[in-house]
Amino acid sequence: MIISVASGKGGTGKTTVATNLALALGEQVELLDCDVEEPNADLFLKPLISRTEKVETPIPLVDGEKCTGCGKCAEICRFNAITVVGKKVLVFPELCHSCGGCMLVCPEGAISETGRELGTISFGHRNGIGFINGRLRVGEAMSPPLIRKVRAAADPNLVTIIDAPPGTSCPVIAAMNGADFILMVTEPTPFGLHDLRLAVEAVRVLNIPCGLVINRADIGDLQVFAYAESERVPILMTIPFDRRIAEIYSRSQVLVEEIPEWRRQFFDLYGRIEAFTKSWRRTKQCAN
Amino acid sequence: MRELIILSGKGGTGKTSLTAAFASLAENSVLCDADVDAADLHLLMQPQIRQRSDFMGGSKAVINPSLCTGCGTCIDLCRFDGISDRFQVDAIRCEGCGVCVDFCPEKAIDFPVQRCGEWYISDTRFGPMVHARLGIAEENSGKLVSLIRRRSRQLAEESGQDLIITDGPPGIGCPVIASLGGATALVIVTEPTVSGLHDMERVVDLAAHFKVPGMACINKYDLNPEMTEAIEQLAVRRNIAVLGRIPFDPVFTRSMVEGKNIFEYGERTALHVQVEKIWDKIIHSPSMNPLGIVDFKATIR
Ligand code: SF4
Ligand code: SF4
Ligand code: SF4
Ligand code: SF4
Repeated sequence: MIISVASGKGGTGKTTVATNLALALGEQVELLDCDVEEPNADLFLKPLISRTEKVETPIPLVDGEKCTGCGKCAEICRFNAITVVGKKVLVFPELCHSCGGCMLVCPEGAISETGRELGTISFGHRNGIGFINGRLRVGEAMSPPLIRKVRAAADPNLVTIIDAPPGTSCPVIAAMNGADFILMVTEPTPFGLHDLRLAVEAVRVLNIPCGLVINRADIGDLQVFAYAESERVPILMTIPFDRRIAEIYSRSQVLVEEIPEWRRQFFDLYGRIEAFTKSWRRTKQCAN
Repeated sequence: MRELIILSGKGGTGKTSLTAAFASLAENSVLCDADVDAADLHLLMQPQIRQRSDFMGGSKAVINPSLCTGCGTCIDLCRFDGISDRFQVDAIRCEGCGVCVDFCPEKAIDFPVQRCGEWYISDTRFGPMVHARLGIAEENSGKLVSLIRRRSRQLAEESGQDLIITDGPPGIGCPVIASLGGATALVIVTEPTVSGLHDMERVVDLAAHFKVPGMACINKYDLNPEMTEAIEQLAVRRNIAVLGRIPFDPVFTRSMVEGKNIFEYGERTALHVQVEKIWDKIIHSPSMNPLGIVDFKATIR
């Protein structure tokens, strides 16, 4: 079971929900922090990190001795990451998408590959909860390849909970694609609703079932509830606005430990997700 | 021409609400919503769209089944798992590198340019606004950010405005990088939480590469006064001017529900006075001088 916790708008409580859900399950679960631009889950989970690895993506390395300056590499590159000036090849590592096209096309075999650092992946655990996070190198523009590496490192035998990045573009898609369920965390405000609509559209493109957690459920207005009903997105949990919760969060503490009745709530949330996913699959089977 | 870019690192700190409030205090400015992935500023601005244009991003591969012989070359060469064993391209996985297109022995693969979104020039009650909507599940957000920043600049030049206020995207990835280059100054809106501090640190590290002068204000400061202090200390260490503290105030959400900025909602309170003071500090800071002289003393370190 892979649950991706996403939000559209940032700051709605995605990391809070992901970490509390993992802690409420307590075992046979792995938390993946795929919000690699601003990874925060470790601040809340406080795992013991056992190892950290550098992650690289391949980029071309040109052998000036063999290169004739024919320009074929620059021609194939769709990202302007390699150009030929005069007879000299220039590589712009930060623009390279690692497609390997230039290496394939070079008639002289002058191109081999070296790496550009994307960031790091760390592995750890806390009391039986597995933890993996990705941390994008500051200055690196492309987060999806690192997100995919974090996901590839997950143990398929455990329940996987993914803390996804905000938004609706390629990084979020990398964190949602292939999940069994998307848990959307939103707040009942015009910004929250607007971004939720976009995020739900993205989920529909991927054809994955999704449900909602409404955080700070009593600020703002009721439109998000009406939207959920009309779009048939089930509301699986609401969290009221409570200054105490905001303060717990500000200190990077977790709800299930500071206010124990929340442990039950998050445990039940998982039960609802499981039940909903099963019935969704069944409906889909019948439809086919 | 001065361009003020407003960033936060972490989402949900009140960046867009403050941008809207600043826009109502600024005179003669162009607004630019560079948070193209989840643009919200228009919800407070109700822009009247004057001009609508397509944003054409990269291309995606499409296999023509009547020409494909099933040789499998494309599958072998694609590094993004973009082609299924039934020779269909998965548009979500396709990175648009064109390698399969060039190497298909039957020339069976088309490579149409994609319409990745839309961008707009609009009028608002606070002046012109350039904004965009990136298509769902699209790439190229950095390219779109560069495009609308360029158009904001053009628009400002044409209509004689000398200030652009840009609402930036969250994070530190490609759209943020695209919004930092060439900006006059950066305002960071953060919140006093452990994550707020952590995320601000990363955005500051990035901004230091770009040698932009920086300023910072702390929203909802009273949720955790100790964290507020820690953030202010970080600011001082990194040569970022501290603009002030803004208390937690439900007026932000209430005015948002009505599609207004905080100055258009309810009675004038201490909150409004504080936000005015902050704006005053921003616009009169040496980095924002109207002559556009770069303030090297103030760049983030
Ligand atoms: S394709 Fe090979 S030989 Fe031609 S310019 Fe590029 S590196 Fe040099
Ligand atoms: S690997 Fe692909 S993206 Fe990178 S330089 Fe070569 S052709 Fe360009
Ligand atoms: S390379 Fe061309 S002909 Fe071969 S399988 Fe792919 S599309 Fe078909
Ligand atoms: S264009 Fe590149 S990424 Fe897309 S299917 Fe072809 S080889 Fe794969």
